[in-house]
Amino acid sequence: MSPWSGPLQKVDDYRWRIPRSYKSGMRVDGLVFAGEEMITVIKEEQSLEQVANVAFLPGIVNYSLAMPDIHWGYGFPIGGVAAMRLSDGVVSPGGVGFDINCGVRLLRTSLTEAEVRPQIKELVEALYRNVPSGLGSEGKIRLRRGEIDEVLVKGSRWAVEKGYGRHDDLGTTEEEGEMMDAEPEHVSRRAKERGIPQLGTLGSGNHFLEVAVIDQIQDSVIARGMGISQTGQIMLLVHCGSRGLGHQVADDYIGVMVNAMKKYNIDLPDRQLACAPIDSAEGKNYLAAMRCAANYAWANRQCITHWVRESFCQVLKKTEEEAGLELIYDVCHNIAKIEEHEVDGKRVGLCVHRKGATRAFPVGHPDVPSKYAGIGQPVLIPGDMGRYSYVLVGTEQAMKESFGSTCHGAGRVKSRAAAKRELRGENVLRELESRGITVRTGSLKGLAEEASQAYKDVESVVGVAHNAGISRIVARTKPIGVIKG
Amino acid sequence: MKRFELLEHTADTGLIAYGHNLAEAFANAAYGLFSIMAELDGVREVESQMVAVSAEDTESLLFNWLNELIYVFELERRLLKRFDIIEFDERWLKAECWGEKYNSSRHQLKSGVKSATYHMLKIDKDQVRVIFDV
Repeated sequence: MSPWSGPLQKVDDYRWRIPRSYKSGMRVDGLVFAGEEMITVIKEEQSLEQVANVAFLPGIVNYSLAMPDIHWGYGFPIGGVAAMRLSDGVVSPGGVGFDINCGVRLLRTSLTEAEVRPQIKELVEALYRNVPSGLGSEGKIRLRRGEIDEVLVKGSRWAVEKGYGRHDDLGTTEEEGEMMDAEPEHVSRRAKERGIPQLGTLGSGNHFLEVAVIDQIQDSVIARGMGISQTGQIMLLVHCGSRGLGHQVADDYIGVMVNAMKKYNIDLPDRQLACAPIDSAEGKNYLAAMRCAANYAWANRQCITHWVRESFCQVLKKTEEEAGLELIYDVCHNIAKIEEHEVDGKRVGLCVHRKGATRAFPVGHPDVPSKYAGIGQPVLIPGDMGRYSYVLVGTEQAMKESFGSTCHGAGRVKSRAAAKRELRGENVLRELESRGITVRTGSLKGLAEEASQAYKDVESVVGVAHNAGISRIVARTKPIGVIKG
Repeated sequence: MKRFELLEHTADTGLIAYGHNLAEAFANAAYGLFSIMAELDGVREVESQMVAVSAEDTESLLFNWLNELIYVFELERRLLKRFDIIEFDERWLKAECWGEKYNSSRHQLKSGVKSATYHMLKIDKDQVRVIFDV
């Protein structure tokens, strides 16, 4: 496929505009957050065409946005953010993606690398054993008949009530792990069938558990506010989503939307953008079902968190209190949410689509947990398994410019096929081990697909988000143990 | 005749499937899908099940057909490798699908496929193109 050759205007060192004059039908300009070198790489594929296509969606305001980790997706680009007016806008399941509420959570510990490293092999082994992972994996949770609906309504709270984790985990989870207006009657029987056996599983692909160590603190005041006090401190990361349940909800409603588009006279350049008015029956039902899938994902990460804590305490022979295992935060990066933002000087209700983008609300925003009211919402950006991950906070600039959103990860540069062709899983494993990273995986091929070389350097991605002002770097972690499905 | 070819897509995987006619291309797309998910050499054709899908048009028929098979794999944990299309028109497909239950001691799974997508989905006379979210 040839490189993208559409018009791109440099706004400043970190911003690029695709003028709406590029294609008739674009309702707003595209705005891409990227550095100069990055944009050269981005133009090699068609993700910028997708930014332009998203600008066709009815009711879109300000810009069709792309975060610095933008890469080629389907319909929406990965790293795409778009907000539609509630009054006349649309909701698009493709703007959320198949893995609804794929997200990340970060737990702090009070232990240091010196205390954990001697037992890292046992720890990684215990995590691999206690958290079901891998392709087609099934969980150990047995739901009673009809209980899946409770999971879909209560999300993390369901898990905590069942003894998975602690009540105070809810306060440090986006939406408190429970999106309101989730209606299980709009989730198909099939989606529930797929979800029931998979609850409490990590899955495969780019999902992972990581034992990490703080290796840099950029802002020590904010870091302390999150319980990050020193380099060498051990952290635990969980990255996963809504499994087959979310995939099925997306499938079901993309089908519904494809048919609804004719009814509502919506014409778009890519069928994967299929959408319906937010206040139509199709739009409302999708949002009600999507919230269920989001809640499922939160329940899933909450159960996994419990087993992560258990494993950690067992191997290191500590109580939870001694280990200081507190949830810093849980963010979701594939979602559509009804939020209020300022557009042309007025507060307006919008449906904000974040497809591979993280919410980044600033100090003082009512949705930021009270614990973080003075520092802003923690933003968790996992990198690839060989390099770093980052902790950032949301900013006022993000509210002004990106509907309170920032990047979500490193962003791929190499296709899975290319990664597998060029890299052998055994070699990737050996290289990681030689750098002091213990890895446990169910699939060596999958490991090659997820090798560092297949990703942009997350440092440059986060650097753009920081320099553009749409979030602020707090600390950096590097992995010492990785579990991949 | 080549049954299918893999397409590279940055985040995902796609394929172009060929056939002497469109029905055969649909069958080969299904074969391609399962060969992304698992090593099919060791899969025996010992049991079959009927799969029927309908849609408003041929693009949606392909989307529904492949997603139906992903659902069958996930729910019944059955690896399929032969797809005898029994009935076929632009909006309806019925097939007898052969394979066997996944057995971790004998079968090797490769990549998880979340869903087929409409992105770049293309139907020609005797070939189809589809990108999967993996």
